[in-house]
Amino acid sequence: MDLQILLLLGQDGITNGAVYALLALALVLVFAVTRVIFIPQGEFVAYGALTLASLQAGKVPGTVWLLLTLGVIVALLDGIKLLRERRYAKLPPLLIFNVGLPLIAAAGLFAIPPTQLPLALQVVISMLLIVPLGPMIYRLAFQPLAGASVLVLLIVSVAVHVALIGLGLLFFGAEGSRTPAFTDLSFELAGTLLQGQTILVVVASALLIIGLYFFFERTIYGKALRATAMNRTGARLMGIPPMLAGKLCFTLAAAIGAFSGILIAPITTIYYDSGFLIGLKGFVGAIIGGLASYPVAALGAILVGLIESYSSFYASAFKEVIVFTLIIPVLLWRSLSTHQIEEEEE
Amino acid sequence: MKRTMLATLLSTIAATALADINVGVTLSATGPAASLGIPEKNTVDLMPKTIAGQRVNYIVLDDASDTTTAVKNIKKLISESKVDVVIGSTTTPNSLAMIDVAAEGETPMIAMAAAAKIVAPMDEKRKWVFKTPQNDAQMATAIVEHMTNNNIKTASFIGFSDAYGEGWWNEFSKIAEARKIKVVGNERFNRADTSVTGQVLKLMSARPDAILIGGAGTPAALPQKSLKEKGYKGVIYQTHGVANNDFLRVCGKDCEGTVLPAGPVLVAAQLPADSPVKASALAYVSKYEAAYGKGSVSAFGAHAWDASLLLANALPAALKKAQPGTREFRAALREALEQTKDLAGAHGVFNMSAQDHLGLDQRARVMVTVKAGAWSYTK
Repeated sequence: MDLQILLLLGQDGITNGAVYALLALALVLVFAVTRVIFIPQGEFVAYGALTLASLQAGKVPGTVWLLLTLGVIVALLDGIKLLRERRYAKLPPLLIFNVGLPLIAAAGLFAIPPTQLPLALQVVISMLLIVPLGPMIYRLAFQPLAGASVLVLLIVSVAVHVALIGLGLLFFGAEGSRTPAFTDLSFELAGTLLQGQTILVVVASALLIIGLYFFFERTIYGKALRATAMNRTGARLMGIPPMLAGKLCFTLAAAIGAFSGILIAPITTIYYDSGFLIGLKGFVGAIIGGLASYPVAALGAILVGLIESYSSFYASAFKEVIVFTLIIPVLLWRSLSTHQIEEEEE
Repeated sequence: MKRTMLATLLSTIAATALADINVGVTLSATGPAASLGIPEKNTVDLMPKTIAGQRVNYIVLDDASDTTTAVKNIKKLISESKVDVVIGSTTTPNSLAMIDVAAEGETPMIAMAAAAKIVAPMDEKRKWVFKTPQNDAQMATAIVEHMTNNNIKTASFIGFSDAYGEGWWNEFSKIAEARKIKVVGNERFNRADTSVTGQVLKLMSARPDAILIGGAGTPAALPQKSLKEKGYKGVIYQTHGVANNDFLRVCGKDCEGTVLPAGPVLVAAQLPADSPVKASALAYVSKYEAAYGKGSVSAFGAHAWDASLLLANALPAALKKAQPGTREFRAALREALEQTKDLAGAHGVFNMSAQDHLGLDQRARVMVTVKAGAWSYTK
């Protein structure tokens, strides 16, 4: 094993780790705000990547129909409630967001063949199709149970995961897809070849993480989310609706998921069920951060990426075993070093 | 008088309805093996609805690539649907688990999974089990033969970290050693892996003349793309598990020059005119493409098609001996299947015997090279 291999493995590990880090952040965010262990996080990765791939193949992605269906259901549920409460002013934004925008997106897809669009626009369309799924799933699956125990929320989360996997197979088929690279640039660095795409992944992840930091530190919505994460009841008393916080963090989670999917789609083949394993590795990172600390979670995820990369060189047959066994010492260390945090009383 | 006539008529209808042949199918249309199971399911729709003048009903269940579900399915098919024969399942673990139930229910079963141990060694239980795909050993021999013919001295292996990869590694390392090819590397990767850089670097550091990728479907494209990206110049071999068009689509130009063994159906149109399989393979291809569109055919669906050919060939003999739906009929069908002789299917010529419940020979495999993004027949 020479220096070049060491560097290449490190590069590979950091690239994967950057994506895991994004997912770990999303998982920590969702858990902190809503106490949901968000297993379907990985599905957004697969949906984002495959939606982009089917746009590029000139097909109408099945996610359009999912978006329309969920949108209509949400609009019906909330619309009836608003009508009963005679809050008519809130109706137009509800309809526009849940039905209008998806309809425009769908109509646009049928009117303009997406293959002719530039890549950047295809990415934007894919994000527009996937991101609204986040708040819709929150509204339908988790909002009615907002006060339930972590275990119940976890069970619902597994159910959503299984449903989304099944739909993924229906929409995209069993075979995987790859998208063309965003950039064909490559650099020579210390005798090793650096692919532009891998740099893009790392830079984009870093930028997103910085963006998230400013979102939480500087904006009113970010502060509201942090307040909810720290103390739900307290935040409620300060006039932050928990529903808004939930929807907001699911939107963020879906956006991060879809974005990571689009980032890695050119470097690997994505399948309808690839997301789960990617999400799970992000989850290992989030666990290292105790599902609470953002920087530790991100570092943990990069550690997962690096360990994965080096163990695939030394003992490829045991790669997953090594990565997931990592959880045990981490849990031991965490349970010995930190005091038990009691589940919050509602 | 009228009433008796009506009664006779009704009873005849009832009798014929009872005498329908029921074929139970369990396959993996969802789950990890879905890319194999979906074309098989599509093929079931093309199977003949009447054989030897008898109506044939197909009862299709999905086992989601899950062993427990496959066993549940075959139990249900045998005890509730009273099927005369079971076709399935798609994967080796599922098919192996189904053997006990098929033998217990004395129902013939035709597996669409590859491992030799589904039908060998022959025993009281496997007596009821047949299979249509070629053995891995047969395909591995073809690869090693191609390697020795092309003056390859050292080879490495990278395969799925599951039964498929493990099976291929066992066969390949054994045969390669016997033929004096030095195996210098052995790595594993997962179907869902996003990166195989580590494995690929390790393989390349041993500098083998050729690398065999033991994977199935589009996931097998990942090591190949990484090898090319890192500048590997040797020959890359794949297994017949990649023989569908999605693999070519995902792998793109990185697959040029890849060599693999495959069933003749993959290159049906390019087979020499004297090939005994050409007509039967083309028949399947044209039937499938007529129903599902040009270029949609895959080698996996053809295994299901071969199962139905075996059935159509064996049913007339079994019908002479007993009525469908009875224990005697199932036993007669088993015997008739065992006596299949010179039946040309999409994947080869079947010659079964009491000891050999696969019955394929060298005619069941050809070497294929990827040229200009398409499969090209080489030998």
